[in-house]
Amino acid sequence: MAATIKQQPILQTVGLTRHFRVGSLLSRRYLHAVDDVNLTIGGGQVVALVGESGSGKSTIARLLALIYRPTAGEIFFKGQRLSERRSRRDVLEYHGRVPMVFQDPYSSLNPVYPASHALMRALKLHQPELSHPARRRAAEEILASVGLTPPATFLTKYPHELSGGQRQRIGFAVALACSPELILADEPVSMLDVSVRIGILNLMAELRRLKSVSILYITHDIASARYVADQLLVMYAGHVVESGPAEDVLAHPKHPYTQLLLSAVPDPRAPLTSMPAADVGEPPRVVDPGEGCRFRWRCPYAIDVCSTDTPRLRELRPSHTAACHVATSDMETARA
Amino acid sequence: MIAVKPLLEVDDLTVDYDADAGAVRAVDQVSLQVAPGEFIGIVGESGCGKSTLLYAIARLLSAPATIAGGSVRLKGRDLLAMDEEALREIRWRDYSLVMQSAMNALNPVLTVGAQLRDTIDAHDAIPKEESPNRSAALLRMVGIDPVHLKSYPHQLSGGMRQRAMIAMALVFTPELVIMDEPTSALDVVAQRSLMLQIKELQRRIGFAAIFVTHDMSLVSHFSDRLAVMYAGQIVELGKTRDLFDDPKHPYTRALMQSFPSISGPKATLQGIPGSPPDLAHPPAGCRFAPRCPLVEPRFRVEPPAMVAIGSTLVRCHLYGRDH
Repeated sequence: MAATIKQQPILQTVGLTRHFRVGSLLSRRYLHAVDDVNLTIGGGQVVALVGESGSGKSTIARLLALIYRPTAGEIFFKGQRLSERRSRRDVLEYHGRVPMVFQDPYSSLNPVYPASHALMRALKLHQPELSHPARRRAAEEILASVGLTPPATFLTKYPHELSGGQRQRIGFAVALACSPELILADEPVSMLDVSVRIGILNLMAELRRLKSVSILYITHDIASARYVADQLLVMYAGHVVESGPAEDVLAHPKHPYTQLLLSAVPDPRAPLTSMPAADVGEPPRVVDPGEGCRFRWRCPYAIDVCSTDTPRLRELRPSHTAACHVATSDMETARA
Repeated sequence: MIAVKPLLEVDDLTVDYDADAGAVRAVDQVSLQVAPGEFIGIVGESGCGKSTLLYAIARLLSAPATIAGGSVRLKGRDLLAMDEEALREIRWRDYSLVMQSAMNALNPVLTVGAQLRDTIDAHDAIPKEESPNRSAALLRMVGIDPVHLKSYPHQLSGGMRQRAMIAMALVFTPELVIMDEPTSALDVVAQRSLMLQIKELQRRIGFAAIFVTHDMSLVSHFSDRLAVMYAGQIVELGKTRDLFDDPKHPYTRALMQSFPSISGPKATLQGIPGSPPDLAHPPAGCRFAPRCPLVEPRFRVEPPAMVAIGSTLVRCHLYGRDH
């Protein structure tokens, strides 16, 4: 798998920032949904973006899907600035290369058309050269590749005839219709039953393996992120607070927030870990947050500098970074 | 196995939803006993009937759902035979309910304090002038600063709203608190914190809890016993530790194989192929047969009976006498 990683990243963001204006005309304030995010997704790579609700992970997905324009920063698609893609043709081409799979398979399919309608439309839009029979064949092939077999029967079914898992497979089929290089999957399993979630996660792993498509997997579930992802980015209050190889981040969490998150995951196979009792999981302040670490109010290790300087990501272990003033580096011991 | 007299006895409880195409049996002959102070978890996927079961026990079902059979006894009194007037007497005093979505369960135009006062005054249990003190004490008990008595629900975070709901459910220190996925709308840190708090309150006050969730790992460290529901039936019921260490029913086993873990070696999981059956047309034999890896032809026609293995009850042909 690692061999398929190409030199040039598929997608890269530099200082990606998005603020939303909130409040009235007289009390104008800014909600910092995403601040200064640098993200790199290589070819054939699965990158997981993990964070709680309100951490900015879906805003990143929407920025990458061109639903929002960044307040600052730039997104590069295979080295090219996305802000330069203005024409309808260019944008359509980008949407074909970087499609999105949505969270809710119950509301993302039009109930009055067969579920394959979206798939046929995507094929028509992104591969207009196909004749009608060829399009049908392509659709059947795609349906089979997302595990909807026999594909012919799924061409005619309506959304209400499909289970949640099957609907989400249609979502991935639509994404595949565009010959994608990167699929943006925003919480694709959170609305599904636990027994079918694994099926969708396995499908993502298979798409990466067989079609070497990259996936940005956005989730609040760090265990499922570990299951599919090579790289893990942990977000808190609009900042990436930790990033690195998934196993390394989980085995050696450096940021206090990552440590808290991991200690809170229910795991029947592990003994009950105690958590700081005072931390009740209150959401962070992201409206005009000002300088300083945004986790400092909850952080048991906070020192003076945390409230004056925003910590930058530092490499604390090989290719593993964390944005924390207090966390110590393992790099010296690693080099020795 | 339960030495003391059970607080709640549910026997063969059956709930139908009337539909145009005939009744859909959402809860099918569920039997369950809850001892005083016991924490029992009910897990299952959406549509397995776990929430319907809770609402049937709490007598909160409304049309088109009807209780088609069975009995529910709380402290020996038949809840199904009670009229609304009698239920009003014991609701919130003997048992209370915490709903899944506190945002929808709380009144958005009243302050938290006003809603607590409403609940307290409805039962006239304490003098009116004492209710503010009582409300403040309740909020403090669930870890909310009493200044929030003057807050409206939208001013609280999701975690605080659920805590306020729990405070409300504990107004009269009932002996049974029924909870329907109270943590499912919360982030993982808030969820863990709330679970620890519920457990702590339970230890202190001594109420029994029925806790419904779709995530069995969530209750793994908190419940005394666990009931696994599938397609309207309890398929396995036993001590939580036993269920996790040695799951008997193929569905329980498969469900446990559906959760990726954050620790230990990384293994490929399979999940469960297929999807739960349509309850309007349940399979004739074992309801899990169409998805079961251990199915035999006979299992598809004969419904399995509950079998006791030690203290665990399991509804599976594999453990039947003639197997």
